[in-house]
Amino acid sequence: MEKRIRVLVAKPGLDGHDRGAKVVARALRDAGFEVIYTGLRQTPEQIAEAALQEDVNVVAMSILSGAHPHLFPKVVNLVREKGMNDVLIIGGGVIPETDIPALKEAGIAEVFTPGTPTSDIVEFIKANVK
Amino acid sequence: MSNEKIQAGLDKYNASVEKATSRFPERSHLPEQRLYTPLDIKDTDYADEIGFPGMYPYTRGVQPTMYRGRFWTMRMYAGFSTAAESNKRYRYLIESGATGLSCAFDLPTQIGYDSDDSISEGEVGKVGVAIDSLADMEVLFDQIDLGKVSTSMTINAPASVLLAMYIAVAEKQGVPADQLKGTIQNDILKEYAARGTYIFPPRPSMRLITNIFEYCSKNVPKWNTISISGYHIREAGSTASQEIAFTIADGIAYCEAAIKAGLHIDDFAGRLSFFWNAHNNVLEEVAKFRASRRVWAKVMKERFHAEKPKSMMLRVHTQTAGSMLTAQQPNNNIVRVALQTAAAVMGGTQSLHTNSRDEALALPTEESVMIALRTQQIVAYESGLADVIDPLAGSYYVEALTNKIEKEAWEYINKIDEIGGAVAAIEKGYIQKEIQDSAYKWQMDVESGAKTIVGVNKFQIEEEPPKGLLKVDASVGVAQCKRLADMKAKRDNDAVKAALADLKTACQDENENLMPHILNAVRTYATLGEICGVMREVFGEYEAHVNL
Amino acid sequence: MDIVEELLKGNRLALSRAITAIENEYDEALDIMKKLYPHTGHAFVLGITGPPGAGKSTLTDKLARAYRAQGKTVGIIAIDPTSPFTGGAILGDRIRMNGLTMDEGVFIRSMGTRGSLGGLSHKTADAVKAMDAFGKDIIFVETVGVGQSEVDIVKAADTTMVVLIPGMGDDIQAIKAGILEIGDVFTINKADHDGADKLVREMNMMLDLDGMMTDWRPPIQKVIASQNEGITETIENIEKHFKYISENGILTKRRTERSKNEMMDVLQSSIGSHITKKLIDSGLMDKYVEQIKARETDPYTVVGGIMKDMLK
Repeated sequence: MEKRIRVLVAKPGLDGHDRGAKVVARALRDAGFEVIYTGLRQTPEQIAEAALQEDVNVVAMSILSGAHPHLFPKVVNLVREKGMNDVLIIGGGVIPETDIPALKEAGIAEVFTPGTPTSDIVEFIKANVK
Repeated sequence: MSNEKIQAGLDKYNASVEKATSRFPERSHLPEQRLYTPLDIKDTDYADEIGFPGMYPYTRGVQPTMYRGRFWTMRMYAGFSTAAESNKRYRYLIESGATGLSCAFDLPTQIGYDSDDSISEGEVGKVGVAIDSLADMEVLFDQIDLGKVSTSMTINAPASVLLAMYIAVAEKQGVPADQLKGTIQNDILKEYAARGTYIFPPRPSMRLITNIFEYCSKNVPKWNTISISGYHIREAGSTASQEIAFTIADGIAYCEAAIKAGLHIDDFAGRLSFFWNAHNNVLEEVAKFRASRRVWAKVMKERFHAEKPKSMMLRVHTQTAGSMLTAQQPNNNIVRVALQTAAAVMGGTQSLHTNSRDEALALPTEESVMIALRTQQIVAYESGLADVIDPLAGSYYVEALTNKIEKEAWEYINKIDEIGGAVAAIEKGYIQKEIQDSAYKWQMDVESGAKTIVGVNKFQIEEEPPKGLLKVDASVGVAQCKRLADMKAKRDNDAVKAALADLKTACQDENENLMPHILNAVRTYATLGEICGVMREVFGEYEAHVNL
Repeated sequence: MDIVEELLKGNRLALSRAITAIENEYDEALDIMKKLYPHTGHAFVLGITGPPGAGKSTLTDKLARAYRAQGKTVGIIAIDPTSPFTGGAILGDRIRMNGLTMDEGVFIRSMGTRGSLGGLSHKTADAVKAMDAFGKDIIFVETVGVGQSEVDIVKAADTTMVVLIPGMGDDIQAIKAGILEIGDVFTINKADHDGADKLVREMNMMLDLDGMMTDWRPPIQKVIASQNEGITETIENIEKHFKYISENGILTKRRTERSKNEMMDVLQSSIGSHITKKLIDSGLMDKYVEQIKARETDPYTVVGGIMKDMLK
């Protein structure tokens, strides 16, 4: 068997700050994952459909514009609607601590804020991926 | 002392420390040498390479008197939510002693979408103010005299439209265009390479930029038509040398485009301005500012044969490094910003924005913005750093580092020339890849502990979640959409249609300057989304090149 | 979810899961393939290969759009190299086809090479079959043309297109030699760059020297994929080639060859994994390795013995 963890790294919304997303994508690659990076300005619908076609185990999103309360839950709903109930969905970016409970409530498994080492993200995925 | 004598002394010194250093491990990421001496700059010709302020090659500053004449412009970048809210913040800043405005626009505005576009959902008013039409711009500058204030606008792909709106608001205030002072960022190349808010492909984008150069040189002569930005390249993870090299390469591409469009170098070069990042390493940053002026002066003189001194001066706006702010122990950021401010001032910046301590967490509160502005005032009035011009000149280390950064910058510029210029290098993904590699290296160094970030990978503490952060309510988007609908119901829709049709025709003729047509459309209250929509139709959209 | 039943009904998640089962060599993959096999054989398979940076994904994107405009459904399998050191991969082709994501008539799947020896072509062929059974009219298989396994994958296509760009210097010399024989159709992408005409001349010259083994002369088309130029002509070339191989019995021959390869692939990998498992389970693997290392015996004798046991 040749199973690999597959991760979709996605930038929903309009912000163009992809330093974090790209660094994470490379770190995940170096951790032995297969990484599909969507590029900028993806709608929640595009992200969910790409997750389906690629049959990923993880959707990792990054937003720095403050649009996360709107966009993160929308992606979760769309992914679940497609019947992908076991996909781990995580988020990162400039996200105030006070927003995190609501995001977790909405189905975001973990939120990584600025300063998080990429190794934490790798460990989290390894521990929680189904 | 002769060089031989210095060398002998140095040898003796090195022998004496060798024993000591064998006992403790040196920290990594330090300069190659622990000590710099006159030997490190023995080949530097003072008159040719360092010179005097206000004189070629401008290493020591672009103005003869620098801060002895007047301080840099303390310009605070602000804008969020609606035009009315931002207008309040601007007036607060002016009352607090800020000497210039700097407008932040929300992402839909930066990418040319109206607030009611489905793609704008969740983004309206978030990272800046939402501007849909002239009506919003009128509110944004309500009771602010555009004849007196100088305004910087962080706008790129749709810069022509926002500039046209600014000119139209001034008209309504009775201020003629030739009195307007300010800057539009208007730097599309770094959007492709680092910041991501592009719309059109390079060709039509370069045309829009040269149209602005040409229009402003005749009609808005005091306006800085571009702010060629290294700031975002650095934020995306580049090194100091890459920051100035890639930016100057972009600058070369703009000059070449303008010359190709028939402009003369000395007609527009004096209105080009730059935008640097003030990062954590104080002395490296000072050297970077100095090196960048020297490189640009040489580019303008030797490559473009500029004759006017003003064309050769690299005038720079600076912002402290947003990416160096930590979410952990946010008050530490006040100290970081103070040191970055010191670097920018000793580097000889023309204007400065200082970040607020809470910006790794959210938009800054009024209190945090005040501290950031006070930081500049303390450096200006109390620290003594602004008392003499280019105070670090002559430091063996700073001069050697200035030389080193200049050398590295030239290597990159030559490499980009070989590829075919900045546009080709971006299209091939070369510049993006170099930046990404540096960003990845930085991150791995932080994670391995080779690089220390206080509060992040060393000296951490348990913290309570911060309180009192500024949040833009989701209702802002709803209210803005309603404003837009009301405005559309009131305006003369036939006039809008006609103006947009005229703009479309103009877009199709490559020889036509688009500025008058855009200004015409703006005056009819055609929206930003409508105007950019017409241009999208004719020009198409840029597809990003990603090579991870 | 019954993957086969759902897949045949047009459930995209089922297709996606089927490909995962194939890629990960799940036990159920065999059963899925058995059940899907009768539903295959309808799609036209186009292989696209060429050096890194040739713009294959952008070209695939434009060709897919053109086929969609003709009302055909499209499947795309895009293969990227896996890092031999970490086992990870950046699968970067999809980003150049983002505009196709929301088109229900298109299904894109990225795959890593995962360092499997020969197994890759076998897996790719099965993924193609899954898309074929799903009902896709045209299936693109896009891969970097550098290694033998990539060439094997492309060989399995009905028509193989080789994409080159001007200005690749010496790299191209080595590549050209290897790909001339596999290209049915040649595309010179980024034809607005310097050296495009020179490359076309060189290609023509090499094709002349090739001596014309068949009466199909591979056409060479200049394209600027990013600006949608030359796409119609490229599709015409592909169709001409397909018509040619259909009319001359070559298609039948290729498909017969492919059926044989499929069987042999399955046979070899089944036998291989069967024996490997037995050796490991019985502890003989370590024993043999030690003996070979110590030069007490040699690999040839060991394998000879194993084969004898097997075929008893």
